[in-house]
Amino acid sequence: MTQAAATVVQRQIVVEAPIERAFAVFTERFGDFKPPEHNMLGVPIAQTVFEPKVGGHIYDRGVDGSECRWARVLVYSPPERVVFSWDISVQWQIEEEPDNTSEVEVRFVAETADRTRVELEHRNIDRHGPGWQSISDAIAGGDGWPLYLDRYAALIAKEN
Amino acid sequence: METYQPPDGWNALADPTRRAIVECLAQRARPVGEIAEVLPVSRPAVSQHLKVLKAAGLVTDQAAGTRRIYRLNPAGVRALRDQLDTFWSRALAGYQEAAEQSTTEETS
Repeated sequence: MTQAAATVVQRQIVVEAPIERAFAVFTERFGDFKPPEHNMLGVPIAQTVFEPKVGGHIYDRGVDGSECRWARVLVYSPPERVVFSWDISVQWQIEEEPDNTSEVEVRFVAETADRTRVELEHRNIDRHGPGWQSISDAIAGGDGWPLYLDRYAALIAKEN
Repeated sequence: METYQPPDGWNALADPTRRAIVECLAQRARPVGEIAEVLPVSRPAVSQHLKVLKAAGLVTDQAAGTRRIYRLNPAGVRALRDQLDTFWSRALAGYQEAAEQSTTEETS
């Protein structure tokens, strides 16, 4: 695998829905299809909000009212395109430094009046660093390494 | 929690010297001699630790003339990519269902 290929995730899917609806479902109902274990709050998520404007955030609100803002909306052009940052570090914490975040672009393409192709690209993953850049902190933090290595180990085990 | 056996990578970093070596290689790729200069450890000891790290998949090496240059394995980035790949696969499958449901349901 080349280095470049390793830093991008591309996925596409075709949905039987007009482009406007495809876009609306993606942005308005993001919380309905986001995998539930994707939660950095200490409590269950009551709601996930996708603020429909540039400069807005995607955030989770916990049942106790706490919030986790894990993405910044960078482009919002309904019904064709949305781009947001991925402000989650390799230690699964909020990444405060924008230079260390990756970004997700989602494009909506009308194949017919009732069918839409959704192309998703999560890129610049290497900006997070493989965990090495912040290795001192990661080593210091008891939760960082075990958590990360657990995943790392699972990957290695899978590849073997 | 996971069913796999903790491989050597887990134990490899339990050793403080090996963590120091990893940290040292995080700055840049280096030959054994240079690592030994930076750390309070003998060259043969560094070699032994590198062997363990290499076996654990955390470090790779490459011949450069008469020396071997050690660097961190980019598998770290791949591990993150792998997680995100899984995340988006699941998210998009859920999305498809939601989008197609609301088509049949009638909506705004």
